Amino acid sequence: MEIVVAIGIGVLTTTGVYLLLRPRTFQVIIGLSLLTYAVNLFILAMGRLVVGGAPLLTEGADPGKFADPVPQSLVLTSIVISFSMTALFLVVLLAARGLTGTDHVDGDGMTT
Amino acid sequence: MSGVLEALDRHVSILPILLPLVASATMLLLHERRRRTKAVIGSLTLAAMLAAAVRLLAVVADPSTPEIVVYRLADWGAPYGIVLVADRLSVLMVIVTVLLGAAGLTYALARWATLGPRFHSLYLLLLMGLCGAFLTGDLFNLYVFFEVLLAASYGLALHGSGKRRVKAGLHYVAINLATSVVFLVGVSLVYAVTGTLNMADLAVKAGQLGPDDLVLLKAGLSVLGVAFLVKSGAWPLAFWLPTTYSAAAAPVAAIFAVMTKVGVYVILRLAALLWPGGEALAFFGSSWLLYVGLATVLFGTFGVLASSELPRMAGYLTMISSGTLLAVIASGEPVVLSSALYYLIGSTIGIGVIFLLCELVNRRDGEAAQVVGPVFHDDFETQLRNEFEGVELGVTLPLATTLLAAAFFFVALQLVGLPPLSGFIAKFGMLAAVVEAGTGGYANAPAGAAWWVVGVIVFSGFCVLVALMRKGVSVFWAEPSATTRVVRPLEAVPVAFLIAMLVALTVLARPTLRYTAAASAGLEARASYLSGVLQAPEGEQEP
Repeated sequence: MEIVVAIGIGVLTTTGVYLLLRPRTFQVIIGLSLLTYAVNLFILAMGRLVVGGAPLLTEGADPGKFADPVPQSLVLTSIVISFSMTALFLVVLLAARGLTGTDHVDGDGMTT
Repeated sequence: MSGVLEALDRHVSILPILLPLVASATMLLLHERRRRTKAVIGSLTLAAMLAAAVRLLAVVADPSTPEIVVYRLADWGAPYGIVLVADRLSVLMVIVTVLLGAAGLTYALARWATLGPRFHSLYLLLLMGLCGAFLTGDLFNLYVFFEVLLAASYGLALHGSGKRRVKAGLHYVAINLATSVVFLVGVSLVYAVTGTLNMADLAVKAGQLGPDDLVLLKAGLSVLGVAFLVKSGAWPLAFWLPTTYSAAAAPVAAIFAVMTKVGVYVILRLAALLWPGGEALAFFGSSWLLYVGLATVLFGTFGVLASSELPRMAGYLTMISSGTLLAVIASGEPVVLSSALYYLIGSTIGIGVIFLLCELVNRRDGEAAQVVGPVFHDDFETQLRNEFEGVELGVTLPLATTLLAAAFFFVALQLVGLPPLSGFIAKFGMLAAVVEAGTGGYANAPAGAAWWVVGVIVFSGFCVLVALMRKGVSVFWAEPSATTRVVRPLEAVPVAFLIAMLVALTVLARPTLRYTAAASAGLEARASYLSGVLQAPEGEQEP
């Protein structure tokens, strides 16, 4: 399972970085979204991958089967924040499109 | 009454965060047309924040009381709960933030606050994020406060709209979103290795790691360091900075001057906690800080020389200030640090003044406000616009050009570091300490690093002098005298207030330096910070 998650994070990151470096604003925002997905998975993986483990230990539970709850809560926070920031970026993107009349990140109309 | 005061006193650490949050949420409910009410709420909030910050200062500066105030949120003890830690360094930063924030808000009340929607709420949220970042003792909480201040700064950077602002804002938002991703990667790597996010607990755990884990921890800390360097505006991660700062509205740019110091502050805080923690992490990354700092100073210096307009120069001056601090912090000597903190206060306020002056100097009588219509129209904003279309300048001050020239001269002296202002004392103190520490400082850097620092800082001071003098001559002397400048009292007051602060910083150099020395000694005395945070007494605080 680790290898699948690792490859998934890798693919998301590479495509994210590639798109982030593209000249058009829409590509940039998709790249940023992919990067945040990758980092959310990464945070979850940093709490070690556990299948079928409960985050809260109760009486008589097997302590070996324990999913770390902290990264789960961190991921929740980071999802909310990155989601809202992406929405905010979308607004700025549309404003730039409206003011400059082009969707080039530098606003100089050289769309490639 | 005394019961209320006592309760407030117990919760004083969280007041600089809570007050602006509540106030800005309240102001969202008020209609944009009620700008007088909003101005009153904003000013009262800042006054209350200042009172809280001064109270904190009194507690940590007083030798008879504990020098670290630990506030446990919901009374969960560290390392499990989130703590706010107010020590001398963080209180100093909070005070600088609130003072500059008050000046910026007063300036904005004259005009800027009415030139776009929701200025007051965003401004207070930015202050909340700044204070929170300075006060928190938890890495992930730091991320949250970073996002709060960034989210507010995105809105403020675009305040007043216009093609130039939106273009600069687009880059600013994209870069900071990418940086947040980097920040998160660093935080989660650190958590994966140490199993903690509390900074004090992290410092303890870092000393107990095996060599395999240490590699991962170092990787995590380096990734975090990159994120903080972007925030502090270090070369080569800060090409966005001069463009964004120079495009932002004047009062916004002034408070942005503190924002770069957040990165520097966090680097300083983590370095103080991790560098003394055993051989493995001793001065980890310090030589990189040195190189990056020197490169930033040089880049900023050439930028100042090359730029023709004042706001852009101010952006590069911000980079010089950050770079100087980074290069000097890298030495890791407490005596150097004490002067560096003194330099931080003076240079931050000085850059704030320059950003405020930029607009006043370039504005002419009868010139229309540099605002462009919004891209997105909502109903009440169009109403607003029609309502304020005919805003008059109102009362203006006589002798505007003279006053502005005097203010510019003062700030130039401060930023260049010429006597008699505090810039000179700070630079002299730093350079003397760097030389004196000699090979003691800069443990991981090649020999002679101290002299490089001295050379670069003196060179940059000289170049800034040349650039500012050239600018001053062209703005104040070589201009046709037919044009008159206009300054409203509300805009002159914050500039005068900040300059008075600079004078006070010079006159009260001795007590201030004693305080910064105590602050850097407090950073050096890591054990008291660790025990203060990790063994905070069980609170009798109510929720």
